[in-house]
Amino acid sequence: MTAPALEFRDLHLTYRTADGPIPAVRGVSLALPAGASLGIAGESGSGKSTLASTVLRLQPRSATVTGQVLVDGEDVLGMTFKRLRALRWAQASIVFQGALHGLNPIQRVGDQVAEPIALHEPSIGTDDVHRRVGELFEQVGLPPARAAAYPHQLSGGQRQRVMIAMALACRPRIIVADEPTTALDVMVQAQVLRVLTDLVAELGLTLVLISHDLSVLADTCQRAAVMYAGRVVEEGPSTAVFERGAHPYSRALAAAFPRVGDPRFRYAPAGLPGDPPFPGEVGEGCPFAPRCPHSRPDCTSGEVQLAAVGPGREAACRYPLLDDDEGLR
Amino acid sequence: MSVRDALPGPAEGGPATPPPTGAGAPDGPGAGPPSRRRLARARRSAARRRAWAQFRRSRSGMAGLLVLVGFGLVALLAPVLFPPETISVTDATGEPMAPPTAGFPLGTDESGRSILALVVWGARVSLVVGLAATLMSMLIGTVIGVMAGHFAGWFGVALNRFTDWFLVIPFLPLAIVLATVLGASLLNIIIVIGVTSWPGTARLVRAQTLAVSARPYLERARALGGGDWHQMSRHVLPNVMPLVLANTTLMVALAILSETTLSFLGLGDPLRPSWGGILDGAFTNGAMSVGAWWYVLPPGLCVVAVVLAFTLIGRTLETIVDPRRGVRA
Amino acid sequence: MGPGARYALRSVASGLGTLLFVVVFNFFLFRMLPGDPIGLYTRGRNVPPEQIEALRAELDRPLLEQFVTYLANPFASTINSARYNQPVWTLIGDRVWATLLLVGTAIVLASILGTWIGIRAGWRRGERFDRVSTGVTLTLYSMPEFWLGMILLITFGVGVGFVPGVFPIGGIITPGVDPTSLAGVLDVMWHMVLPVTTLMVVYLAEYALVMRASLIDELGEDYLTVARAKGLMDKVVRRRHAVPNALLPTVTLILLNLGFVVSGAITVETVFSWPGLGLLSYDALRGPDIALLQAIFLLFSIGVIVANIIADLLYAVLDPRVRA
Ligand SMILES: Nc1ncnc2c1ncn2[C@@H]1O[C@H](COP(=O)(O)OP(=O)(O)OP(=O)(O)O)[C@@H](O)[C@H]1O
Ligand SMILES: [Mg+2]
Repeated sequence: MTAPALEFRDLHLTYRTADGPIPAVRGVSLALPAGASLGIAGESGSGKSTLASTVLRLQPRSATVTGQVLVDGEDVLGMTFKRLRALRWAQASIVFQGALHGLNPIQRVGDQVAEPIALHEPSIGTDDVHRRVGELFEQVGLPPARAAAYPHQLSGGQRQRVMIAMALACRPRIIVADEPTTALDVMVQAQVLRVLTDLVAELGLTLVLISHDLSVLADTCQRAAVMYAGRVVEEGPSTAVFERGAHPYSRALAAAFPRVGDPRFRYAPAGLPGDPPFPGEVGEGCPFAPRCPHSRPDCTSGEVQLAAVGPGREAACRYPLLDDDEGLR
Repeated sequence: MSVRDALPGPAEGGPATPPPTGAGAPDGPGAGPPSRRRLARARRSAARRRAWAQFRRSRSGMAGLLVLVGFGLVALLAPVLFPPETISVTDATGEPMAPPTAGFPLGTDESGRSILALVVWGARVSLVVGLAATLMSMLIGTVIGVMAGHFAGWFGVALNRFTDWFLVIPFLPLAIVLATVLGASLLNIIIVIGVTSWPGTARLVRAQTLAVSARPYLERARALGGGDWHQMSRHVLPNVMPLVLANTTLMVALAILSETTLSFLGLGDPLRPSWGGILDGAFTNGAMSVGAWWYVLPPGLCVVAVVLAFTLIGRTLETIVDPRRGVRA
Repeated sequence: MGPGARYALRSVASGLGTLLFVVVFNFFLFRMLPGDPIGLYTRGRNVPPEQIEALRAELDRPLLEQFVTYLANPFASTINSARYNQPVWTLIGDRVWATLLLVGTAIVLASILGTWIGIRAGWRRGERFDRVSTGVTLTLYSMPEFWLGMILLITFGVGVGFVPGVFPIGGIITPGVDPTSLAGVLDVMWHMVLPVTTLMVVYLAEYALVMRASLIDELGEDYLTVARAKGLMDKVVRRRHAVPNALLPTVTLILLNLGFVVSGAITVETVFSWPGLGLLSYDALRGPDIALLQAIFLLFSIGVIVANIIADLLYAVLDPRVRA
């Protein structure tokens, strides 16, 4: 087996702030073979965007990071800045969360899409860059003439398409899409996601898709990871994770997103009791224990590690739910 | 920028923060719940304590405060340090325009008065004029700003236009015209600075008022039949005040600079010279052509120190009151 | 009509509104004052009786009639300067160019240097350069500009201790030198050194603080993260993305704050006896010469209002969101 296209090895990231350190990512290990797709789910604040930012070493300078992030086998965190700049966007790119602000308001969107091409492939002439931008716009379903528009002249969905075109500009092999459709209305969300996933399939890209929408993740990605309080609490084939989660948190998350017509979700959407722990205040034991409907006394002590719960599946739970357990009472 | 986020928290009607223990219930056990008004007061005093704790942590803010306290003491003690006759032109004992000596540590002016004594007495005038003018401008600005923001109809629009007009008119020419017409006196210079410098405050207060008026509890107050006066005095003003106070501190700095400039131009009270008035004396009596640096240097340094002190305090307060804006400080 | 044209029209209209306000204010302020207006206009001066007669005839006309004449042409004041006994607008016309030369040079230098400092400080906020430059600019900002001028004049014009006074202590040109000759041009430049330095240093502080603040406002923006993610070098992210966005508010603020520039011109010209409008204002207020003061006030106000309109229009040109 070849080296994974993208791999996190025991990654920790702590933001240093005036109010004390915030450990946003606390020991994440994940590997993704070339051409595979991974969905990441988890409540707000669980560290998904933080994890995504480390792929291109975009974390703020105030953050301390340990561990490794390997892109095509190369450690992004340790490489020189020059090498990092060459890798950014050319080997991996990111479709950012809330892309409505991701475009420079006073530059034409076409120029912004062209910028990385001219940077990473300086041998290409201006005309060819232009042509490539036109193709990219067509690929994401925008008329090439819109390249002359300024961001404020585009709708939210169109801007997000521009962001996708921009992410594809240098034909990277890896794409990280961080909630690429939040802040769009439902119809547009579906269209934009379709554009993205079709392109990923067509070009055989490696995809990391972060989303709150489990059904989207289950449909789009082969594998899925669930994050809670800066950790991966479950990882496995996406349908298994979202439909028969072994970790109580996965089940609770799935229950919060009922699917019409699926008898499994006949229960009232169960919002979780309580709030996710604040990153600075995670105690010993399983971080989910205080909210867990199945917690037992020993859940609050010691370290709870990811452990195999089935073929190709891991969960960080001492008492994982089996496939026929009824997760929600 | 959303001004709503900028406020330190609603003074009334917002989510109820419990009052600090001990405060708010002097009625003893058994007495009914503490009145809303007392709760609000307790909450405000807690907010003040927090603000002070934050202020103490700022090194530049504390340095500014220290300088101010020093100048305040000197101004208060002026009659003790230098009896009034030392700065009388007729009773002067020194040589005219003499460089510093043991008897006159900062040298003398054209009529043989001690520059040190003049500067000490000048502190009184500069500080009093600066504070009084700011108070006046703040009152005018707050009243006009609150009304312009609160009354939605033509009245508010007219006030807003009026503010804009005044904002555009260049300060010094207007102040010169007014001061010339009114005549040179301490009171007149206060009035001139007061009536020329309110538009900035008015605009700030108007924006805040608009933001506060959009909050739900004001709608409730309106629905309950609270009159304009009730709404403004009990709900709008308490919320607007913190930012106005931070702004006021910055305005004292500007007022002192304005006073210095107007006095330098000969529009101050000739019998009670401020620092600007001393500089006017130096200029008109040819201190520069004879190289009498001791006559020019000290009053200007005092202006710089006091203005800088107010500016540093103001910026610190602004950071506390409005963290979004404060990051720029 | 496009939204751009509508925007332009609105800002011009609002400028004209302000102008009208200033004109009305200017007219009534002096006419509504208590006491004898004649005394006010001729205070402390030996004015020939026939001039007083003319003045009285003018002021005795009904207020409305006076106002209409005034509105028709506020620049053709019927009242002469008491001090110079000349039409005020002739006096002003002679002085405009010296002020423009001085202030224009100072603004150009200050905005280049100030923006550069502001960019460097804001981009690396909290680091050494930022801490030092912010301390210095705040101190300069707290300084009365004329005081700085006096200090520079004593130190480098008059000379203190072993510092020789090499620069002229005032004026725009050495008397007798032909201003159109090369020597004359050099002489004027030599005379400009100290006053331009004074004004520049003070303006620079303001521009650096404004530029720094608006750059810091941009720092958290997502489009900068995107630009970095693309692999651009830090300085390219700054030059191509952050600075153009931060310059927008700075340019407008610089133009809007022209009132501040005017203040500097008045006092610094006074200190360096620079024969421009500022010195003329000083002479007029020391007189006092009310007719002249009124005219200067009107002129300065117009200048600032026009700068405001230009700021609005420039914003529309620079920012596609307004141009739309
Ligand atoms: N620049 C930063 N400085 C300090 N703390 C940060 C920073 N960015 C994120 N955090 C904190 O780190 C934690 C994880 O944030 P992150 O944005 O990674 O969450 P997320 O899972 O992407 O949430 P969401 O679903 O809302 O996007 C949060 O508690 C957040 O407050
Ligand atoms: Mg996120």
